[in-house]
Amino acid sequence: MATLARLQARSTSMGQQYYYRNSVVDVFRKKENDAAVKIQSWFRGCQVRAYIRHLHTVATTIQKWWRGYLGRQRYQLIVKIQRRWRGYKIRKYCFNYYYLKEYLKAVSETNDAVREALEEFAEMKDREEKKADLEREEKKRDYQARKTHYLLSTKQIPGIYNSPFRKDPDPWELRLQKAKPLTHRRPKVKQTHSVSLSDWLACTSARSFPRSEILPPIDRKPCQGPFRPVAEVLEQRYRPLEPTLRVADPLDGLKEARREVQRQEWARNVNDNMFLPFSSYHKNKKYIPTLHLSSKYGSDSYGRQHFRDENPKRWICDKDFQTVLPSFDLFSKYGKLYSKAGQIV
Amino acid sequence: MSQRQVLQVFEQYQKARTQFVQTVAELATRPQNIETLQNAGVMSLLRPLLLDVVPTIQQTAVLALGRLANYNDDLAEAVVKGGILPQLVYSLVEQNRFYKKAAAFVLRAVGKHSPQLAQAIVDCGALDTLVVCLEDFDPGVREAAAWAFSYIARHNAELSQAVVDAGAVPLLVLCIQEPEIALKGIAASALSDIAKHSPELAQTVVDVGAIAHLAQMILNPDAKLKRQVLSALSQIAKHSVNMAEMVVEAEIFPVVLTCLKDKDDYVKKNASTLIREIAKHTPELSQLIVNAGGVAAVIDCIASCKGNIRLPGIMMLGYVAAHSENLAMAVIISKGVPMLSVCLSEEPEDHIKAAATWALGQIGRHTPEHARAVVVTNTLPVLLSLYMSTESSEDLQIKSKKALKNILQQCTYLPALEPLLYDAPPNILKHVVGQFSKVLPHDCKARRLFVTSGGLKKIQEIKAEPGSLLQEYINSINSCYPEEIVRYYSPGYSDTLLQRVDSYQPLTH
Repeated sequence: MATLARLQARSTSMGQQYYYRNSVVDVFRKKENDAAVKIQSWFRGCQVRAYIRHLHTVATTIQKWWRGYLGRQRYQLIVKIQRRWRGYKIRKYCFNYYYLKEYLKAVSETNDAVREALEEFAEMKDREEKKADLEREEKKRDYQARKTHYLLSTKQIPGIYNSPFRKDPDPWELRLQKAKPLTHRRPKVKQTHSVSLSDWLACTSARSFPRSEILPPIDRKPCQGPFRPVAEVLEQRYRPLEPTLRVADPLDGLKEARREVQRQEWARNVNDNMFLPFSSYHKNKKYIPTLHLSSKYGSDSYGRQHFRDENPKRWICDKDFQTVLPSFDLFSKYGKLYSKAGQIV
Repeated sequence: MSQRQVLQVFEQYQKARTQFVQTVAELATRPQNIETLQNAGVMSLLRPLLLDVVPTIQQTAVLALGRLANYNDDLAEAVVKGGILPQLVYSLVEQNRFYKKAAAFVLRAVGKHSPQLAQAIVDCGALDTLVVCLEDFDPGVREAAAWAFSYIARHNAELSQAVVDAGAVPLLVLCIQEPEIALKGIAASALSDIAKHSPELAQTVVDVGAIAHLAQMILNPDAKLKRQVLSALSQIAKHSVNMAEMVVEAEIFPVVLTCLKDKDDYVKKNASTLIREIAKHTPELSQLIVNAGGVAAVIDCIASCKGNIRLPGIMMLGYVAAHSENLAMAVIISKGVPMLSVCLSEEPEDHIKAAATWALGQIGRHTPEHARAVVVTNTLPVLLSLYMSTESSEDLQIKSKKALKNILQQCTYLPALEPLLYDAPPNILKHVVGQFSKVLPHDCKARRLFVTSGGLKKIQEIKAEPGSLLQEYINSINSCYPEEIVRYYSPGYSDTLLQRVDSYQPLTH
C-alpha cells in the first residue's frame, strides 16, 4: 500500500518525467532521422550514378562497334577522299617539290649573279691598283727626267741616250725632250698694292704694324738727340684716317647706282621695251576714256588754263583790280621782269 | 763664381739629363738592348726623371718607360711594383698632349701582358683618367687611350666590365665617327675586345648604337680598319639570335660579300667569321644568307686562300647545311661539296680537316640525294683513311667516324660504297653491308653489278658472328641471289669442287 501510495504520488512526476524525457529526445530524433535520410539518399545516389555510368560505357562500346561497322562499309569512299586530300595538302603546303626546285634554281641563279658581281669588283680593284701603280711609276720617271734634263742631246753633241750608232734615239731621250727642267726655288715676288681707300684703312690696323723677328730688348737706352718720344711719333704716324662723307663716297656713285638698277631690270624684265605694250595684248581691248573726258560738260576748270591764262571774253568788266594796298614785293615784278610782253603795267 | 758660371753648371746637368733620356728611349726600341738596360738598372734611374722640371725630359722618360714595359712582363711588373702608376695617373690629367700620349702608351704596355697587371692598372684608378683622355681634342691622345682600353679589356670579362663602368663605351663610339682612320680602327678593336666576353657586355655596346656606325665603315677601303670592324661585328653577333638579327638589320648584306674578295687575307677571314656567326643561330638567318648569295661568295673565298684563313668559311658551310635539308641542298648546288673535298685532301692541319669532315657529314646526313651528292666526289675512301690513320688526332678520328656513319645511313649510291667493303673495319662495315641489304632486294641491275664487280665474293668472305646484325644483313643479301651463285662465291668453293673431283669415280664401261 505504501508503495502504491508512493508510486501514485510519484506518478504525475513520473508521467512528467516520462513525457519530458521523450520530448527531449524528440529533438534529437528529428535530427538523427534527417541525418540518416541524408546518408541513405547520398549512398543511393552514388549507387545509381555508378550504374548509369556503367550503362553509359556499355552504350558507348556498342555504338563504337556499330559505327565502326557502318564506317567500314562506307570505307572505300571516305578514305579515298581523305587520302586525296592529305596528299594534296602535303604536296602543296608542307613540301612543295616544284617550289623547292624553283627556289633552288633561284638560289643558283643568285649565286651566279653574286659570283659575277664579285669577280667584276675584284677585277675593278685590280685595275685601279694597276692604274695607281702605273701612275706612280710614270710620275717617278717624269721626275727623274726633269732632274736629269741636262743629259739631253744638243745639235753639236749627241747625248748619251742618242748615240749616233743607234737607229732611233732611246725612249728616254724623247722623255728628256718633253720634260721641263726643275727650277730653283726663288723667293716670291711681292705684289704691288694698288692705292685705294680701303688699303689705306687696312694698313693702319694693328696687324700691319711693322714687326721684326726679334723683339728689341726692353731696357734700351733712348737715342740721344732732339727726338720726340717714340710712342707719340708712332701714334701720329699710324693715326687712322677719318674721311668726310663726301670723300668717302665714290665719285661716280650716282652713275653706279643707275647702272646697278639697269642691270637688275635687265635681268628681271621679260620685255626690254619698257613702255611699249605687247603687240597683240591690247588688240581687243576697248578703249575706256576717263570720266574727265567722257562727261558732256567737258573737262573741269583746272590747271594753268583756268588759273593763269586770261580770257578777255569772260571778263565781266574792262577794268582791272584797284590796288588799295601796296602789293607784296613778291608779286611786284610779276609780268615786268624781262620783257614788256607782260600786259600788266 | 759668377752667376753665369753657376747657371752653366745647371745647364750642363740639364743637357746631360736630356741626352741620357733620349738615348735610353732610342735604345729601348731595339729588343737586344733591353736586357742590358735592365741589368744596368734603368728603371731606378728613370723613375726620378719622371718628376723632372723640364717637360721634354719628363715626356721622353715616360716614352722610354713605355717602350721598356712593352718588351716583356718582368719590366712591366717592375713598373707596377715601383709605384710609378699612381704618379703617371696623377700627372696625366694636367700635362700636355705629348705627355698624355706617352703615359697612355705606358698603361697600354703594362696592361697587355697579363690580367693581373691589367687589374693593377684598374686598381690605381687609371681608367677614369683614360676616359678623360678619350675626350681630348688631339686624335693621337684619343688613339693612345683607346688602345690602352682595348688591351685592358682583352683579358677577361671583369676587366671589360670595369672598362664599361668607367663610361668608355659612348666615347669609343664617338671616336669611331672621327675622320682619322687609325683612330677609327683602334676604337673598333676596343669595342670588339669589350663585346667578346659575354652577352651583357655586347648588349652595352649595342645600346650605344655602335652597330650602325660599324656597318657604315665596312665600305672603307683601308684594310686594317675593315679587319677590326668585321671582327667587332662578329664578336657582337656571336652571342645570341637577337644580336645577330640586329647586325643583319644594319644592312651588311650584300656589302660584306665584297669583303670576301678583298686582297688582305685577314679581312677575308674576319668577313667569313662574321657570316659564320650569323648563320649558326637559326635556319631563318641561314636562309637569308643563302638568298643573298652568301654561300657562293664563301665558297669562292675558300677557294682563293689556304690554311687557317679557310676555317671559318668551312664551318659556315657546315652550320648552314646542318639546319635543314633545303639549305643543305642549296649548299650542294652552289658547288660546295667539291670544294670541301679539295680542302680535305689538301690541308695538312688536323683541325681544318676535322672541320671539313664535320661539314661534309652535315651536308650528307639528310636524305639519300644529299648523301649521293657527297659520295659522288669520292670522299668516302678519304674519310675512311682519315678515320683509320694513326696520325690523325682524336678529334679528327671522332669527327670522321661520325661523318661516315651519318652519310652511310643515307647513302644508296652503290658504286661509291663498294670500295668500302674491302677496307673498312667491322663497325663501319656493318653500316655498309646494311645499306647494301636495303638497296639490293629492289634493284636488279644493281644486283648484277654487285656480282660482276666482285662484291658478292667479298661479302661471303666476311666472317660475322651468327645472330649479329652483320650476319642478318649478309643473310638478306644472300637471299637476293640463287643458291648456286652464293655457293659459287663462298670461300673454299674451289676446294670443295676439287674434293668432289677427287671423290668422283668415273663410270667405267
